Amino acid sequence: MISQIFILSSKGDHLIYKDFRGEASKDSINVFYEMVTALSGDQPPVVMTHKDLHFIHVRQGGLYWVASTKTNPSPFTIIEFLNRLAALTKDYCGSLSEKSVRMNFALIYELLDEMVDFGYVQTTSTDILKNFIQTEAVSSKPFSLFDLSNVGLFGAETQQSKVAPSVAASRPIMSSRGEQGGKNEIFVDVIERLSVVIGSNGVLMKSDIQGEIRIKCFLPTCSEMRIGLNEELNIGKSQLKGYSSAVRVDECRFHQAVKLDEFDTFRILKVCPSQGEQTIMQYQLCDELPCAPPFQLFPSVEKDYVNRVLIFLKLRCDLPPKSTALNVSITVPVPKGSVSMSQELSSPDQTAELQPKNKALLWEIPRFPGGAQLSALFNVEVPGLSSASLLEVGPVSMSFELPKQTCTGLQIRFLRLSPTQTGLSQRWVRYVTHSDSYTIRI
Amino acid sequence: MPYFGSEETVKELKRALSNPNVQADRLRYKSYITKVIRYMTQGLDVSALFMDMVKASATVDIVQKKLVYLYMCTYASDKPDLALLAINTLRKDCADPNPMVRGLALRNMCNFRMPGMTEYIEQPIVAGLRDKASYVRRVAVLGCAKMHSLQPRTEIDGSLVNELYALLRDPDPVVVVNCLRALEDILKDEGGVVINKPIAHHLLNRLKDLDCWAQSEVLTFLLRYRPRNDDELFDILSLLDPFLQSSQSHVAISTLRLFLHLAAAHPAVQADALLCSSAPLLATCGAASRELRFAGLCHIQQVMRSQPALFNTHYKRFFCGYSEPSYIKFRKMEILVALVNDENVALVLEEMKSYCTDVSAELAQAAIAAIGRIGRTYSEKCLDILTGLLALKQDHITSAVIQTFRDLVWFCPQCTAAVCLTVESCVDYPQDSEGKQALLWLLGEHADQISSAPYLLEVYIDGLKTELSAALKMEILTAALKMFLRRPAETQDMLGRLLHYCIEEESDMCVRDRALLYYRLLQRGIEETRKVVTGPKSDPSLSVLTSAQEEPVSQWVSIFNTLGPLSAADLQLHNTALSASEHTDDTADTELLTEHVPVSMRDVSEAGVSLCAGAAVSPEAFEQMWQQLEVLQRQTVCFSGCAADTLQSALQPVHIQTLAFSPARALPWRAYIYSRGSGTLVLAELLQDDPEMLTVTIKQQPEHQQTVTAFISVLQSVLQTLNTGQMSV
Repeated sequence: MISQIFILSSKGDHLIYKDFRGEASKDSINVFYEMVTALSGDQPPVVMTHKDLHFIHVRQGGLYWVASTKTNPSPFTIIEFLNRLAALTKDYCGSLSEKSVRMNFALIYELLDEMVDFGYVQTTSTDILKNFIQTEAVSSKPFSLFDLSNVGLFGAETQQSKVAPSVAASRPIMSSRGEQGGKNEIFVDVIERLSVVIGSNGVLMKSDIQGEIRIKCFLPTCSEMRIGLNEELNIGKSQLKGYSSAVRVDECRFHQAVKLDEFDTFRILKVCPSQGEQTIMQYQLCDELPCAPPFQLFPSVEKDYVNRVLIFLKLRCDLPPKSTALNVSITVPVPKGSVSMSQELSSPDQTAELQPKNKALLWEIPRFPGGAQLSALFNVEVPGLSSASLLEVGPVSMSFELPKQTCTGLQIRFLRLSPTQTGLSQRWVRYVTHSDSYTIRI
Repeated sequence: MPYFGSEETVKELKRALSNPNVQADRLRYKSYITKVIRYMTQGLDVSALFMDMVKASATVDIVQKKLVYLYMCTYASDKPDLALLAINTLRKDCADPNPMVRGLALRNMCNFRMPGMTEYIEQPIVAGLRDKASYVRRVAVLGCAKMHSLQPRTEIDGSLVNELYALLRDPDPVVVVNCLRALEDILKDEGGVVINKPIAHHLLNRLKDLDCWAQSEVLTFLLRYRPRNDDELFDILSLLDPFLQSSQSHVAISTLRLFLHLAAAHPAVQADALLCSSAPLLATCGAASRELRFAGLCHIQQVMRSQPALFNTHYKRFFCGYSEPSYIKFRKMEILVALVNDENVALVLEEMKSYCTDVSAELAQAAIAAIGRIGRTYSEKCLDILTGLLALKQDHITSAVIQTFRDLVWFCPQCTAAVCLTVESCVDYPQDSEGKQALLWLLGEHADQISSAPYLLEVYIDGLKTELSAALKMEILTAALKMFLRRPAETQDMLGRLLHYCIEEESDMCVRDRALLYYRLLQRGIEETRKVVTGPKSDPSLSVLTSAQEEPVSQWVSIFNTLGPLSAADLQLHNTALSASEHTDDTADTELLTEHVPVSMRDVSEAGVSLCAGAAVSPEAFEQMWQQLEVLQRQTVCFSGCAADTLQSALQPVHIQTLAFSPARALPWRAYIYSRGSGTLVLAELLQDDPEMLTVTIKQQPEHQQTVTAFISVLQSVLQTLNTGQMSV
């Protein structure tokens, strides 16, 4: 059971504080903040204990979401609850930031009041909560008319061609005002997180894909929706048939509300989405990458003159030519004591900087089209360089975002709302792959 | 919290709230109320506005009502007299036709934490329990618990408890779970809510109607239920089976715990359940939320205590992502070390090697230590990596490598030659105290294999005057003495200087005493000294073998899915409590070796004697044995007494059975308890003839001292917990 819940900004401002059981004093917020800021890097900060009070916290949207308790509860329950609280706050306020929490604190208090009573979780389902929540959300970002017209213009009927602007889904789920709430939209996102290690010889050493299908529903009421996945989707290792371009995942798990009676034969998920965001399916694929790894690196590291390291990186993007990787950033560890760097990049929109604090250089490429190859040359000045210092260069880690891409090849064939659904509704399907961890050894 | 200009702000708000113009304008009025709540959250004391806020509660606007109620609940305990004014409005709202208003009013009225509230809330709560709206019933049920917490010392209302038990059959799932929670709170002193067969079966059948939060809580409550026979047990397990694969990790883990608990007598079923839930556990380790990842990793470590091979094929899942926080990386490295085998050792080491140059010095050192641990089995490969790292000439890396060498030489004497060769050719020496100590130990211990050892040592002896750390000075003394025994010609002179300095000029007592000890030892003759200083060491390889032993699931299941695995300190406490006995046996050895033995080894030498309850002993048999056996040990423990059933329920989880006890408050008060361990039966009598002291008399058949020691330490820790629990009440 939970004693208190509070939300703190990264600077320690009290944004939300609610005491459910009167067991602990209000001072505990300050105690918590002192503890969390006094931590050095190696202590596990998820659970902290002060006298007989345990603090469990998660960090989301740059905020601390903290629950305190005097009992010894299941950490999974508390952590998932705090994550759910953050997700609901995002649903109701549109986005998750210090500003949106500050502006909507009355709404969040109302939510908390209905979600938790006397330290016990009552409900977190938007279907139930929406009957009780009366406060209007204040959008921290006014919904731009420009975005709206964008959606209208490209919102053609076929799923393949249309592109929903990325901000379209970041608005409050409940709004009575016509110009905002008028749109009956439903977003189905296929999100994959890629974690890859490529050896120094270019061989794929580890690959791991964690995927999920997430629905964000703005429809006030929604009857059953049918989501068709690839028909040739195989689950598990044993079921590999033939040489067709089958899509395979190791295992998948579904939200308990998903009906699976047509899944085995037709790969159709049936679900009645409730308002807000929910994950209806999670899947994973380990030790296998159906497509080529999105990036290949050809590095060369040399010692030049006395005190200089020459790092030449050639990076190739192996995506199909029509695709593009966004916000690609490459981190290369450099020897300790590096003082300055000069670089030669191939285009002006790229940037590179040396971060002596992290002993790394950061190369950023905002857009990287598929099939392209970019190279960069870095001259790093290191006083007192020895040949052993070159061992410190590497491994290179990358982070990026691949819109309209799934590495497993999982696709949504169709998205049908039941015919009884009244009113016009917009349906959007979006695919994105994020790099969870993409490491290339040198 | 002192707040600049706070008085001024409160005055201004008060003026605004009592302004009739503002009161007339609904929106403006509400915005001021919002402002009050905002200041309240920031920590400003706005309790002076209580009167105005009470007035504001009389409104039809539900949002405003909620805000005012929040305010009132916060300050009710500071202003009980004013809060009473609000009660009328609240009681009126409790009879509102709108169930939402009824529920809201009842919930907030129960949240007023002030004395004397009970008389006002009792009647609305009882009415609420029979309300036709489930929303109000949910609130009323928890209201009962709140009412009890307001007056914890009063008699428990039997009829209310019965009504709550009856409401366990309520059609609304949340009401059902709230009943369990309320009963648990109310009956805490009597051991919480009773889960008998009908209740357990009812809950199991309702499980799929509940939402995930309720599910995991009910699963925790069900831990209390013991099925009557195997048929019932397997029925329950097959009912629980689908929940093991729940997409909600907390439900899956709670189910796993219940599974392990119920199937305690069926290790094969436990193993199946663990295999089945390895997928959800692994999924949490790849979850987007890093906190969830951490919790998952900590629990995987627990599972690996009894099934070390379960995650062998998934070792790549524990490679660290570069953006992960270091607390996750540390856990992952620990798991990776445990998962190393012949097939994956090359890949794991390559991965580990890349962590050694991490920007965080702590992480780099932990990675080096981890390679050292792998090196105990795969010494050649690891030595190559470690030697390569020395070339980087970075202080923190060099220091960690030398420390790792020291441990490695201790555990695998076969790599001594290689290590000595490396140290010999090493160009860069550690700068921090721990690293220096490790180097000195190596120099002293293997002086015969490191030809330059005396010269290296001399540098340290010459710099002794500027050295601050006493531990380092002692290490220098020991190293010098050991080296003298092996290479007397080169060392004699500097040892003399060292001893002279330490005895005559050193201000630290420990160092001086150590120097005197060595001096006198040398006076007794070289052979005598050799016998003492370089005497035979205990064989470390034995405890390495025991560390690979698989622990039974019962060792960790009690802390599974609690905060325990997440906080390392608690975990260690738990281990020592269970294995105190071996520890006492080893102390003689360990204390002598403390300076050299790495911490990890001390841990593994404590694989404990565990207690188990075993078959029940009948009172007659107990009495007979008690009369026959000799008293083995008698001990007094500080204990101020507690309810007998509390004691019983506290002893049960540590596998000590209570046979009989005298009625409460009787003096002298007696209790008879027993337990089993390592094939022996331990009987004990607890006698309290002084209110503060408890005499424990122990008899055993057959005799086994380690079990008795374990038994006493477990008993003591339980009594201590009960003592502290009483003090906090």
